[in-house]
Amino acid sequence: MLAIVGTVPDAALPVLTGTVTLDGTTITVAGRRFPVNRGTPALLAAAAVTSRALGRPAPLAYLVGDIGRGDGSRRLYAHLAEHLATADHRIMVFHYLQPDVDWHGRVLLALQEMARTPLLIADAGFMYVAKMSGQAEAYDLFTPDIGELAFLADEKAPHPFYTRGFILHMEERAEEMIDMAYRHGNAAQHLLVKGRRDYVVERGSIRAVVDTPSVPELEPIGGTGDTVTGIAAALIQAGLPIPAAAEAAARINRIAGRLAQPNPATQVTDIIACIERAIDEIDLSAAC
Amino acid sequence: MDRGFLVFENTSEVIQAEKLLAKAGWMVRVMGPPPEIQRGCDLVIEFPLIERLEIVRLLGASGLDPLEMVPVSGPLLQPVDIFQRVDYGAYLMVRAANMKICVEKATGIIVNISGGGCPDVPYLAAMLVGKKLREVPSPRDIGHTLCGYALQLAFEEITEQCSPS
Repeated sequence: MLAIVGTVPDAALPVLTGTVTLDGTTITVAGRRFPVNRGTPALLAAAAVTSRALGRPAPLAYLVGDIGRGDGSRRLYAHLAEHLATADHRIMVFHYLQPDVDWHGRVLLALQEMARTPLLIADAGFMYVAKMSGQAEAYDLFTPDIGELAFLADEKAPHPFYTRGFILHMEERAEEMIDMAYRHGNAAQHLLVKGRRDYVVERGSIRAVVDTPSVPELEPIGGTGDTVTGIAAALIQAGLPIPAAAEAAARINRIAGRLAQPNPATQVTDIIACIERAIDEIDLSAAC
Repeated sequence: MDRGFLVFENTSEVIQAEKLLAKAGWMVRVMGPPPEIQRGCDLVIEFPLIERLEIVRLLGASGLDPLEMVPVSGPLLQPVDIFQRVDYGAYLMVRAANMKICVEKATGIIVNISGGGCPDVPYLAAMLVGKKLREVPSPRDIGHTLCGYALQLAFEEITEQCSPS
């Protein structure tokens, strides 16, 4: 099963676990409904719609409320550290969580104690803390955007907020930044770098570059990076190898963006509504 | 001048303390802590060491006692100060570090916030998107993390860019 771990912006929400159902612009987990606007709900919605299109089970969500104080994230970290050893997940995605080095270490330990260690995907805050902890190589896939790639490339930055200027100026030189991230042990086994050109990387080697269709209006739309990660996770669950899933996810997200005919004020729900049609335009059998 | 840095329990306290000290006229800067005290989402305040007693008194009176006051012995991490601007015609997007904010030029309405990885980003987006730049609380006032602080920098930049010249 595909399990997705993250937060929603509701300070009072306790830890919830449950399968995800998607209903238009909301998702439901354990009887609670959440708007799909960006962040983990957008990732969950994209994974759910992709799974449904491919005839696969809906993902399982581990959710907690957190508005940035970190208290909810710590409750969820503690829940995972306590319960993961007896869980059976084939793929786990870790997403918007408050970076916390100590708790990250405890969760990673719990993952390694599972009877079968899941394939591990990290994005957003959990990717930050995985890199900051020096444990990036324990992960199978990171899905940074181009600014986050600069952070991975900067061996001294503990958070994107501290990425040094000379590296931020390298944005047109993604290949060099990919090389730097791997050279310093700050990349997962695979990267899907999201940007004007999407790069699929396997252990330091670029396997694919996706740059069509080009939809520049997607960049300012909150949640469009989250949807790529959700689609990739669902494709991996459907049996695609990681590089093929990452490449197909990049294409599907771009096609969904083109179908939505967005402008910078478009909301991510309009993109998610086009994912099933976008999947129909891709020959996934060739990717397996 | 010798400098020190103030360590607080969390980023929210750092942001409050910075506002308080700056308002009182102290020359302070938010910076990144040295590796030995990094825990995850960290900021510290760099301050003139000679003023430590006055600063502690002011902070204490507001219930913002720092956990530690440490002399600066090596370079502290500098927050990002580079902005990328993308002009979409009717819309302008500004990015600072990993945070992006997009505004409709004609109305000043914030139409999207994207990027980031800390859990206050979806919260900040919920509070700001659909509202006018000049009518929303500043991200620094309601955010709690480095991503919130990066959004503050992008917010200040886009506010300046969208101001009538």
